[in-house]
Amino acid sequence: MSENILLEITNLHAEYVNNQEDNEAIKILNGINLQIEEGKTHAIMGPNGSGKSTLSAVLMGHPSYKVTEGDIRFRNTKSGQLESVLDLEPHERARLGMFLSFQSPVSIPGLPVSLFLRNSLKNIRGEEIAVRDFRKELKENLSALEMNPDLTKRYLNEGFSGGEKKRMEILQLSLIQPKLAILDEIDSGLDIDALRQVSSGINRLVDANRSFVLITHYKRLLEYVKPDKVHILSKGRIIKEGGDELVETLEKEGYEAFVKAAEVA
Amino acid sequence: MESLAKDKDKDKASFEKEDYKYGFHDPDKSVYKSEKGLSEEVVRNISKMKNEPQWMLDFRLKSLAIFQKKPMPNWGDVESLDDLKFDDIYYFVKSSEKQERDWDDVPEDIKNTFEKLGIPEAEQKFLGGVTAQYESEVVYHSIREDLEKLGVLFTDMDTALKLHPEILQKYFSTIIPPNDNKFAALNSAVWSGGSFIYVPPDTDVAIPLQAYFRINTENMGQFERTLIIADKNSKVHYIEGCTAPTYTSDSLHSAVVELIALEGATIRYSTIQNWSTNVYNLVTKRAVAEKNARVEWVDGNIGSKLTMKYPAIYLNGEGAHGEVLSIAYAGKNQHQDAGSKIVHSAPNTTSNILSKSLSKDGGHSSYRGLVKVHAGAHGSRTNVQCDALMLDDKSRSDTYPYMEIEEENGVKVHHEATVSKVDDDMLFYLMSRGISEDEAKSMVINGFLEPFTKELPMEYAVELNRLIQLEMEGAIG
Repeated sequence: MSENILLEITNLHAEYVNNQEDNEAIKILNGINLQIEEGKTHAIMGPNGSGKSTLSAVLMGHPSYKVTEGDIRFRNTKSGQLESVLDLEPHERARLGMFLSFQSPVSIPGLPVSLFLRNSLKNIRGEEIAVRDFRKELKENLSALEMNPDLTKRYLNEGFSGGEKKRMEILQLSLIQPKLAILDEIDSGLDIDALRQVSSGINRLVDANRSFVLITHYKRLLEYVKPDKVHILSKGRIIKEGGDELVETLEKEGYEAFVKAAEVA
Repeated sequence: MESLAKDKDKDKASFEKEDYKYGFHDPDKSVYKSEKGLSEEVVRNISKMKNEPQWMLDFRLKSLAIFQKKPMPNWGDVESLDDLKFDDIYYFVKSSEKQERDWDDVPEDIKNTFEKLGIPEAEQKFLGGVTAQYESEVVYHSIREDLEKLGVLFTDMDTALKLHPEILQKYFSTIIPPNDNKFAALNSAVWSGGSFIYVPPDTDVAIPLQAYFRINTENMGQFERTLIIADKNSKVHYIEGCTAPTYTSDSLHSAVVELIALEGATIRYSTIQNWSTNVYNLVTKRAVAEKNARVEWVDGNIGSKLTMKYPAIYLNGEGAHGEVLSIAYAGKNQHQDAGSKIVHSAPNTTSNILSKSLSKDGGHSSYRGLVKVHAGAHGSRTNVQCDALMLDDKSRSDTYPYMEIEEENGVKVHHEATVSKVDDDMLFYLMSRGISEDEAKSMVINGFLEPFTKELPMEYAVELNRLIQLEMEGAIG
């Protein structure tokens, strides 16, 4: 059964650790169980504050969150086995094939996009990339995503519009080619045209060797990118799982109905 | 200090007569044995060794008297100067003596840094003070020929004194007189080496000039003295120093740099100092900009124990523009007290100050700056931006901006200061793209320094970025 699983989350509990001494830790994830299958697209939906963004940050190893219980296991390409990533730094998880696109990507003043991308690829692939090859690869991806090449001469996300930042995330995704792409609210703040471009960028990368986790509030994105499985998150737990018919039900009845049903059960 | 002051009380006139006795003798006959401490005899000997004209000896002696009377400066990290022992310093060392330093004496951490920066062995020895001259004659021969064709004068100061006395007598010490401050007086008394540049009117020197291009270049001196004159509508860029660590056993480096930009001229002066951390680096740098002239200081401070350096620009002619762009890195046991002084003395003058500092491992960096707008300098504008980046909780950063505005008519003054830490979310973002924490940190820091780095010639920029990366990895002791 576990042979086609890429990522397995078992009984995951996590809290937000504030660096200020006198603040108590805030518990956000309360025992998540979730399996992401190889080559499948999963959607995680849930109301505000349900822990969606925390889950994505914890999966990638953000230092502000502490896992207090449970495990995250990712299939290691070399060993073929599911192995815990809890002790791995974010960059080590990235090198294993995990990728997170951010809801609000940070700006880094003074860091040219092209320098950043080349450094990232060098680390992900474990080898230097000749400048010429890199430029060619970059150019192809930019044009496939209908992006302005001038963006790569600017500093990372500095002065970028919301839509440009999101497209920069998709550009990185398509260069890095991860095994698992976790996209945290990639649809937020996008107008219809930008959403269409971003979605087609994602669909370009959907194949049997790559899994997607789409974290979203709304049905919008899922009309463009069809999920194989849908998981509903509330108060730090998965309360409902199903096929893409769940999206329709959710749209009609709202989160409230699911949350209540889960509490009764 | 007090004992020195007593020496000074001797009759000055008798020394002037004596000078003829010492002057212009065959140097071989009076082998000069340098010794610690400063006295009138030391100053006379320096001048004699160099076969200087009387007016320069007089200037040195006058400066010595000022040095001995003058109190320590009251601007800067004044308390730290108490540790400075003037009697324990060699004020003049002949090149032949300098060459005697053994490679084994150069500290291991500095040698390691040379290796990591990939600096060739010959250059390592130059930077380590093992050889006093850098063998670059062949490479730069054609550059020197091009300069000669343009009529550009570019020599060391000692040579300039012999070959171009008329220019020196006109401009030398006119921007920074010996009575400006105690260290300017000290330099004036014992100066040796440094660069002299004169650019004729309407001449654009296309390549940046570096000390390496000069004939028989000496290693950066302890009391070097630099004078650059850009005549009307000319343009020149001078680069001093290097990014790689410079090892010296001398504990005091006190240079004087004077820049004169005549009407419509442009001077850019770029420095990166990376003295070993035993050095007090107390430097006086000042420029004047005449009508529509432009002066730019690009100033990087990475090394030394204490640096006090405030490149100044006097905007004396209408429409003149001044620019000071600086970075400071303060690591363990280091204090970088740097900044700038801009004086608007004419109408419609403009200035721009951008200061970036990094503090790590308990290092201390300060921005100390003065902007003065004199009455009558109407329509002048100035913009000051200071950004400090702290790399841990032990380190310290201060900002001391002083503004003296005497004119209100059309004057615009803008000042902004920020202090920040390396942001966890930035690091997480970069790490989520496969980049290790150390590499992520240096990418954020290099980005912070980018407004400075992008103004440097490529090879300096690359070396600076590499150096910062080594610092972040803790690879430098």
